Amino acid sequence: MTRERRLSWINGLLLPFLNVLTAFIATAIVFILIGVDPIEATKILIYGALGYDEGLGYTLYYATNFVFTGLAVAVAFHAGLFNIGGEGQAYVGGLGTAIVALYLNPALSAWIVIPLAISGGLLFGALWAIIPAYLQAYRGSHIVITTIMFNFLASALMVYVLVNVLREVGEMSPESADFIKASWLPFVHDVFASFGYKIAKSPLNLSILVALFFSGLVWFFLWHTRWGYAIRAVGKSNDAAVYGGINPKKIIIVTMCISGALAGLVGINELMGVQHRLFLNFNYGYGFGGIAVALMGRNHPVGILIAAFLFGILYQGGAELDFELQNVSRDIVVVMQGLVILFCGGLEYLYRPILIRFLAPIEATE
Amino acid sequence: MTESNIAIELINVDKHFGAVHANDKVNLSVQTGTIHGIVGENGAGKSTLMSILYGFYQADSGQIKVFNKDFRAISSKQSIEAGIGMVHQHFMLVDNFTVLENVVLGSEGGALISESLANARIELTRLAKEYGLEVDLDVAIEDLSVGMQQRVEILKGLYKGAKVLILDEPTGVLTPQESDELFRIFEALKKQGVTIILITHKLREIMSITDNVSVMRAGKMVAHRETSKTNPEELAELMIGRKVLLNIKKSKAKSGSPALIAKNLEIMNEQGLKRVSDVSFEARSGEILGIAGVTGNGQGTLLKALAGILPISKGSIEIMGETITSNNTLNPEQLRNLGVAHVPEDRQRMGMISEFTASETALLGYHNDKTINQGVWLKRASVKANCESMMEAFDVRPSNPNLMSSNFSGGNQQKLILAREFERDPDLLIIGQPTRGVDIGAIEFIRKRIIEMRDAGKAIILISVELEEIMSLSDRIVVMCDGEITGTVNGSEADEATLGMMMANALESEDSLKGAKV
Repeated sequence: MTRERRLSWINGLLLPFLNVLTAFIATAIVFILIGVDPIEATKILIYGALGYDEGLGYTLYYATNFVFTGLAVAVAFHAGLFNIGGEGQAYVGGLGTAIVALYLNPALSAWIVIPLAISGGLLFGALWAIIPAYLQAYRGSHIVITTIMFNFLASALMVYVLVNVLREVGEMSPESADFIKASWLPFVHDVFASFGYKIAKSPLNLSILVALFFSGLVWFFLWHTRWGYAIRAVGKSNDAAVYGGINPKKIIIVTMCISGALAGLVGINELMGVQHRLFLNFNYGYGFGGIAVALMGRNHPVGILIAAFLFGILYQGGAELDFELQNVSRDIVVVMQGLVILFCGGLEYLYRPILIRFLAPIEATE
Repeated sequence: MTESNIAIELINVDKHFGAVHANDKVNLSVQTGTIHGIVGENGAGKSTLMSILYGFYQADSGQIKVFNKDFRAISSKQSIEAGIGMVHQHFMLVDNFTVLENVVLGSEGGALISESLANARIELTRLAKEYGLEVDLDVAIEDLSVGMQQRVEILKGLYKGAKVLILDEPTGVLTPQESDELFRIFEALKKQGVTIILITHKLREIMSITDNVSVMRAGKMVAHRETSKTNPEELAELMIGRKVLLNIKKSKAKSGSPALIAKNLEIMNEQGLKRVSDVSFEARSGEILGIAGVTGNGQGTLLKALAGILPISKGSIEIMGETITSNNTLNPEQLRNLGVAHVPEDRQRMGMISEFTASETALLGYHNDKTINQGVWLKRASVKANCESMMEAFDVRPSNPNLMSSNFSGGNQQKLILAREFERDPDLLIIGQPTRGVDIGAIEFIRKRIIEMRDAGKAIILISVELEEIMSLSDRIVVMCDGEITGTVNGSEADEATLGMMMANALESEDSLKGAKV
């Protein structure tokens, strides 16, 4: 194995693995501190997330959301932008989906309605990202600040829209009416049932295929098109990009639109797939979770799929922990998420010097 | 020579970086109170060796003695304590601090700074007198010329008690006159018993100033000579291990029609400061127009404007029948499509993307090219094949398109960039610092290629701070200072003194301008 190859293995696989492991060890210490047996907790978590059909269904259903927001963060990251507005973009994207899914003629075929509803999510997500992008590109306002502000704006906007515009007459709760049937994405258990296999009911729906499709698309786009090349060039070196005739301002706008659009797909899973109506805070936590997923997945679609699955496990297993153990609440998931961000993001290269030193004698013998 | 005379002694110093053997059992002894030159190609291990001495790196094995005492530095702190000072190629000064504040930085003493400043002022005045290093202590660094900033660096070293000064390529940013001034300071320091280690690749400097010289090649110390008993030809041969032709023979230029006409250009830099004013010139096909000047006198800004990276605020540029003005701009891509190739001054930041593979760097600026795109699909196999053929044509080593750009040596990075720009058969080439940080073997290769392009009837604009390079390549030379053209000379009639005066004359006028403003 050549040196670069070995380094890419270290950077790409071994380091993230060790970082996640460290985060889990730290979590175990937290468990011990609150008087919970970490081995017992791990057993409950793993069984709850993977041990039976329904649990696995939930895990994959959560994972689907993390794929969308993880991809969103990753695409922006490749252009050197830290989009932490996935939360708001997902929220407003859901509004786009809802508008299509509420007001389209119910007689239309699902083959027309579903692509249009998905496009609604993409479009609104992109629109919500375009103002921060413009401010960054042409006014120099930092994208981190503006996207986080836009999360709050999205929150306020959605409350207003749900209470004053979309709420049905005579209803108390701030929710929209049910979406037209043609916009409902089939549940995976229904699909299986139609082929004669019976699996337990879970919210897992065909959005997971959309997530896989967009993962592939993002991979192709970033590494196999000239636009992806331009985006990565801007991310790695602004000066070199300008030299190469690439306009970084345009790239910032385009990239943020793509990023926002991807985040806007959370609504597909939550709204078209499961709830079939628009309601408050359906996006809660997925936008920020996406940051951790992208960090852990090293901004590569394959890594993001793996990381999203892990986060799905944490979400679902965390819910089980909450249910099974008295002194554990669901917030333990947030603790784990925080530790993963800390070790995968903040302390990304913690083990690198040690590994390099460990490898030096092996290299010397070659 | 008796043992007590030796300031620095390195015995079998060995250093590996992974698979790279940067220093291979290096021996060196530097006598107290002498000027000792270390020459070698880029990547020969000079900088690594000095970094070990200054405590940036630790040697894998070997022994270091400073003034006959065993010495092992784990940070620059120990080196400073042992009496070693270093003047880096890029100055380590805080621009908006005064000279005094910069010198005190790192040895401020207590919580209140006024006392240490007062003490430093007394000490510095003494040092300045003793060594002839007069500098106004209360001027901010940003208001000093480069030569004066270098003096501050030297003063800083002396203030911290340096008895051995290491200078890394100190004349790279100086005019010939400023360099002479620096050498005069060296002499003064030497008289006071200070030992100087001079790292350089300019053999002329070695010959004129040093007492002894050591030559490094590929991590090994290959020769030690008394300067008076050697000559530049021998040193150059030792450095690269074979004979080199530094002055490339070229035939007389067959100048054709103008490919670029610049009229009364005024250009602002990225910060909106006027760096070029009222500059006019012509570049003709079949000839090399050299633009000489000390770094930072507007050449870089001019180059960027010619390449479409910066807009011009006044005047016009005619290229291939298109006229660029402040209202009608062309971006770098449009210029490339017109047949303008650009080799940027700053290879690392602009010419390539360190974290991209070689094949991706070889694509920079041409990613929209029809031959490698099919619909939305960027054909990576073609990109790789193109890179492979460029690597072969320009002898880029290692010839691996998948290797990270940062893993190539400076010379090979530059060859790859030149290949990218030359292989598209442009009509006008704008080349900045083609051989900066490039080893001698590659310099020869690159210069030959530039001449070949000229002989093929291309117009070439060459910007370089190396006078020797400008003089050996250019058919016509334009000298710039403070954003203006201060002289035009025919290449065959140019000599270093005249060019130096043109570069420096304008420096005087800059001073008078500043005076007028105040």
